[in-house]
Amino acid sequence: MGKNLFQKVWDAHTVGHLADGRTQLFIGTHLIHEVTSPQAFGMLRDLGLKVKFPQRTFATVDHMVPTIDPENPQDPLAVEMMQVLRDNVDDFGITYFDLASGKQGIVHVVGPEQGITQPGTTIACGDSHTATHGAFGAIAFGIGTTQVRDVLASQTLALEELKVRRIEVNGRLRPGVYAKDVILHIIRLLGANGGIGFGYEYAGEVFDRMSMEERMTVCNMSIEGGARCGYVNPDANTVAYLTGRPYVDMSDFNATAARWLSFASDPDAHYDDRVRINAADIEPTVTWGISPDQGIAISQTIPDPANAATPLEKASIEEALAYMKLGAGTPIQGVKIDVAFIGSCTNGRISDFREVAKYIRGHHVAAGVRAIVVPGSQIVAIQCEQEGLPDIFRQAGFEWRSAGCSMCLAMNPDKLDGDELCASSSNRNFKGRQGSPTGRTVLMSPVMVAAAAINGHISDARELFHLENPPSEV
Amino acid sequence: MPLDPVTQVSGRAVFIPGADIDTDRIIPARFMKCVTFDGLGAFAFYDARFDEAGNPTAHPLNDPRFTGASILLAGVNFGCGSSREHAPQSLKKYGFQGIIAESFAEIFFGNSTTLAMPCVMASAADVEQLRMAIEKDPATTVTIDVISLTASTSGGLNCPVTMPDSAREALVSGRWDPIQELLENAAAIDTKARELHYV
Repeated sequence: MGKNLFQKVWDAHTVGHLADGRTQLFIGTHLIHEVTSPQAFGMLRDLGLKVKFPQRTFATVDHMVPTIDPENPQDPLAVEMMQVLRDNVDDFGITYFDLASGKQGIVHVVGPEQGITQPGTTIACGDSHTATHGAFGAIAFGIGTTQVRDVLASQTLALEELKVRRIEVNGRLRPGVYAKDVILHIIRLLGANGGIGFGYEYAGEVFDRMSMEERMTVCNMSIEGGARCGYVNPDANTVAYLTGRPYVDMSDFNATAARWLSFASDPDAHYDDRVRINAADIEPTVTWGISPDQGIAISQTIPDPANAATPLEKASIEEALAYMKLGAGTPIQGVKIDVAFIGSCTNGRISDFREVAKYIRGHHVAAGVRAIVVPGSQIVAIQCEQEGLPDIFRQAGFEWRSAGCSMCLAMNPDKLDGDELCASSSNRNFKGRQGSPTGRTVLMSPVMVAAAAINGHISDARELFHLENPPSEV
Repeated sequence: MPLDPVTQVSGRAVFIPGADIDTDRIIPARFMKCVTFDGLGAFAFYDARFDEAGNPTAHPLNDPRFTGASILLAGVNFGCGSSREHAPQSLKKYGFQGIIAESFAEIFFGNSTTLAMPCVMASAADVEQLRMAIEKDPATTVTIDVISLTASTSGGLNCPVTMPDSAREALVSGRWDPIQELLENAAAIDTKARELHYV
């Protein structure tokens, strides 16, 4: 029986086994940012250790960067943490894509953009959305800060091997259904804890047809389904995307590309579980609750706890509805929004902004709605400028900001106020996630966020924008 | 240099209801603006424990019956979401020594093990029995035994619990922080680095 990609990459990176049975896994690429790395460097210094392979760690600043005047944060804690990162990369000789580099951005946008993210590699970062990089056929996962120390000091981690679940989505997505809807649908089906113990392999016609950016959107939210990592097998799309990127060695590229493709799962690979989904069953999907698996199709009504299958489910629905201030059994369409956010490591790439810009001309954000658009990196921002996208957004009443994580987790000044409800292209609808302890988040695709912003309430973008033809080749 | 083995943790317990308690809930992101983990204990479950005016809510951690509890009892998928080690750090610094839940998110589980805070899984029925025991008598002592893999109460309840073999072994053998072992394999690490084309 053949091997799946996870097994191939795992085996290729296994250094040995520890006394407790865990694998010592070599981490080829380590990404760091300002929030979860300072304590790790502190531990390193306390132990008198050095960074073993400084050339294999890459840093950027993203979580706390203001999206208005990023060079001048007003929050003294942000200033301190950004300075500590600067000191650490200087002390240990680590490559840093800082604000002045023109390459700064969300760490999961920067890695692929620079070609640092490559197939057949292991990638770790003190951030759970590291799964994003799995779009390239890498085994990429989030780690804690003590593990950041472990990678800095040894370039390895002590890990338990994962099982692999192959999730096949075949057929064609219907018009107005995006990669974001696909992953929200998968999480809804399998649950926020369905992936515990698994890595997810996304396979089938829909993922085969997806662009690399769409694959990143899907892999990004693996962790929301409980899977520590998710990946798509590398193919011609992967190779084409990486060709000519700064960190891709083009000197013997045919051999490099062949090596990358060799990591793809064998046709007779073993899987611990398989799930098959029909693409045509997926509708534009939005969340209604406080966990990413609390989602429904835009045409559906909000669940009623009276219909819950178990007492636990009933309690979860009641808690979510009380927090979200939404009515059981009522349509999700028409729920008034206060804020719209387009950006994040899930949906902050050039294709996301291009797609929204196609539809918002001639429309305007509804009165009373604050709509902000945050490119995922400085490079994405420059691409957008070159294509005239910021003006299209501004004319439609959106604020165009500088690159960073922004209102996905609100560690910078971009926050909800009170119990504001935000239509958001980000990845988490947890209580308080967007910076206000009572703030409410409804997750959806960027085009659906734009429709909500324009109508002032949660809407079916297919109706507002007449999405009669497939928005992409997917 | 072996660390202290973690074979048993014991104390009064508190039940935190709900499935999918995420790490944003355990430690809201604004408290991660720090360059050390010191002081995070004060912010554990902060937005659940206090309303917007800063007044204590009806959260179990504010219930005087459970003051000083050091064993946390929870439902499914505890610690999901962000990889932030700040979450288990804040719970440990708040005073928790161990957690019993129906299931754990993996990154949280690994982070907790590395902090010598055992996380064990119990069936829904057993979590409910433990909950009822501490509800009936909050002075009940709950003991997590990592060697025998049981959770028992001073009232005589005894439930089987599970945890991955590797985590159990790491705790009971005093290898819960793997850094020394990782570093000892320096030669094998260097060999692996040479094997990998991209390193």
